[in-house]
Amino acid sequence: MSTLAVHDHGVVHHEEGHEHHHKATFLNTYVFSQDHKYIAKQFLVTGIIMAFIAMTLSILFRIQLAYPDKSFPLLETLLGRFAPGGRLSADFYMSLVTIHGTIMVFFVLTAGLSGTFANLLIPLQVGARDMASPFVNMLSYWFFLIACVIMLSSFFVQKGPASGGWTIYPPLSALPKAMSGSAEGMTLWLISMVCFVASSLMGGINYVSTVLNMRTKGMDLWKMPLTIWALFLTAILGVLSFPVLVAGIVLLIFDRSFGTSFYLSDIVLNGQVQPYVGGSPILFEHLFWFLGHPEVYIVIMPAMGISSEVIAVNSRKPIFGYHAMVYSLIGITLLSFIVWGHHMFVTGMNPFLGGVFMITTLIIAVPSAVKTFNWLATLWRGNIRFTPAMLFAIGMVSFFISGGLTGIFLGNAALDINLHDTYFVVAHFHLVMGSAAIFGMLAGVYHWFPKMYRRVMDERLGYLHFWLTFIGAYLVFFPMHFMGLDGVPRRYYAFTEFESMKRWLTVNTFITWAAIMSGLAQVAFIFNFVYSIFWGKKTIQNPWNANTLEWTAPIEHIHGNWHGEIPTVYRWPYDYSKPGADEDFIPQTVPFSQTMASNLPHDFEDNPAGLEHHTQWETANKANEQVK
Amino acid sequence: MARTHQEDRQNLGAKKFNMWIFIFTSFMFFAALSSGFIVYSGGKGHGLDVIMPRAFMYSTAVLIISSITLFIASKAARQLQFAKQRQFLWITFFLGIAFFVIQVYAWYVLTYKMGVYFVNPNASRTFIYVFSGTHLLHVLAALLVLLNTIKGTYRNIPQVRNLYKMEMTSIFWHFLDIIWIYLYVFLLLNQY
Repeated sequence: MSTLAVHDHGVVHHEEGHEHHHKATFLNTYVFSQDHKYIAKQFLVTGIIMAFIAMTLSILFRIQLAYPDKSFPLLETLLGRFAPGGRLSADFYMSLVTIHGTIMVFFVLTAGLSGTFANLLIPLQVGARDMASPFVNMLSYWFFLIACVIMLSSFFVQKGPASGGWTIYPPLSALPKAMSGSAEGMTLWLISMVCFVASSLMGGINYVSTVLNMRTKGMDLWKMPLTIWALFLTAILGVLSFPVLVAGIVLLIFDRSFGTSFYLSDIVLNGQVQPYVGGSPILFEHLFWFLGHPEVYIVIMPAMGISSEVIAVNSRKPIFGYHAMVYSLIGITLLSFIVWGHHMFVTGMNPFLGGVFMITTLIIAVPSAVKTFNWLATLWRGNIRFTPAMLFAIGMVSFFISGGLTGIFLGNAALDINLHDTYFVVAHFHLVMGSAAIFGMLAGVYHWFPKMYRRVMDERLGYLHFWLTFIGAYLVFFPMHFMGLDGVPRRYYAFTEFESMKRWLTVNTFITWAAIMSGLAQVAFIFNFVYSIFWGKKTIQNPWNANTLEWTAPIEHIHGNWHGEIPTVYRWPYDYSKPGADEDFIPQTVPFSQTMASNLPHDFEDNPAGLEHHTQWETANKANEQVK
Repeated sequence: MARTHQEDRQNLGAKKFNMWIFIFTSFMFFAALSSGFIVYSGGKGHGLDVIMPRAFMYSTAVLIISSITLFIASKAARQLQFAKQRQFLWITFFLGIAFFVIQVYAWYVLTYKMGVYFVNPNASRTFIYVFSGTHLLHVLAALLVLLNTIKGTYRNIPQVRNLYKMEMTSIFWHFLDIIWIYLYVFLLLNQY
């Protein structure tokens, strides 16, 4: 709703913005910039900062899990009333888990990932001067920043941040008096999320419109790089599912603050019967997961697109099964809307309905597997260059496989009864969407860093970062499968106090130290990132010998991306190592007439004149050979 | 070259497309609310059981008329009759205000005459307020867009921009008209 007002303002004001945008001032160049490349960097830096905050939170609660009854006076010094006597309070532990999840899912892997790469790559790779509406695009970033600030400010209110888990299920979240984490912290959480959705929608609307309307000459849909396909379909998912979350949140706000009973019924709080009658908390779960499930694909699809591109470029091979890759993305997009019930198998759902959701869920494994095999087939016998970006892209594939396999078990309505809300689930989604998506994002950062900052990141620090993070992430999440199979529940403050789970304490300690190690590995990244921005090696125009359009733009950032006319596109983006070509890559801007020796009949599928020309050339060539 | 830059930076078509996608998001929002209603009212004793106040009928009529006047304004704009365009834009604007007032009056009738309160043990009834309230927020936004378009007619802006603004306003306004009719019919079908 606030989205609407804002969007309209955007439409209203940016027209004026147009007349003046040639006067470059400090404010409109470095702060309120409408240039998509700069907005991308703003999203990236904000996303990285949020990621470090959320990572620190996770290490804090890992310390509690590993040393449930040890006191760390330092914690009290740092956190004050949240860690009385040097031990995290149980309420604060829940807040940490909640805010870690919220920040990672929404602020890092949705805004930080889509926001950065959709902004950077969509105009540059489809050949546009900027987004459809640069002003709305700028607003999208500022709403995101406001959402971040509000979310973090909840650490400074009396009762602490929201603590109902990132899914904020009512009734807990709907009753401010139910626990400290449902008080002001929850209010701030909800406000922050409304701003966040406004930001996402403004961004998503622009991404979809830019891809559909502003492609350069020759760039038809089937010549778009897979990054663009992925970011485009991600934006469609967001545009269709985020409004549903807003609807759910609006009703929740009414329940919290106005005394309505959408989600509340038969509540007794501190011995007092509450006046709420007739509400259904399951309704919230339906509304939440109708967004929530597409949301996990919003997180992973950009990572898939980035990995596809990085793997093809660095294997020096065309992506295997380009059309299959696109159709899989489309399949995932469509299916993701009809699987949300698998989060609700244990809500007393009709078993028949559960069966339907189970089937749709398992069908998603098909396009996912198609993509996985295609990545592997692209790597197969490639002329692989192990750049840091390539390693992270391969890492993404690895996590997607190992995390995806457990999804098949969790998607099974009968097995889920046992596994629901255990560490098995935590292990599953941290591998398949957490680690996989963050690896996709890091692959993108290493790969497009030269495009963003005109310098290259240091390779050796990149390798260090990769191996420590890759090994660390497996060490952290793999043991959790076994804890889950043993029935260890998620979100417990000190489960090792229970007799039956005591034995997991050593594993917890191990996981915590692995987490600290992978946390420290990120220092290598942040150092590399900041250092390379200022003092890194200067890049050449096309450092990876890639085909896509962004590498034809000048290294210097100019408003409008290209001097003079926008280049025309003649071929798909994956002509790597084409037999007969002079080099092992042919940029999209090279017409077929300049590459007669490497043209193939199927390059002219929709172009009979071209095909005829090609056949003539072939016969002429053959005749010449015979003469020789 | 400068000219081509100017042209491919304006992107009026792409911006109009933005509005269409925005309408999709807004449609999804109302679809979510009405499916929420369906799920909720499926529960025992959760039927709506309220005869809609007559005011909703009047407001619907006003909104439909406002769509017609806006259509006339668009047509006038295309035929370069700017005085007529401005006149009908103002009429549309005031019909929008009238719609707003009647909706609030309908809430008054619901609350004080019929005893159908916002805070209600049967949340199906709260949904009446949620539907009309969130729709009214959209209308408020649309009124601002409308005002901006009217402002444009006083500023002697180029005809291309004038038509563009008219189209943006029209898409939004007619959509709100249709979505209200949908919500009203939805409530009427569920009133027993």
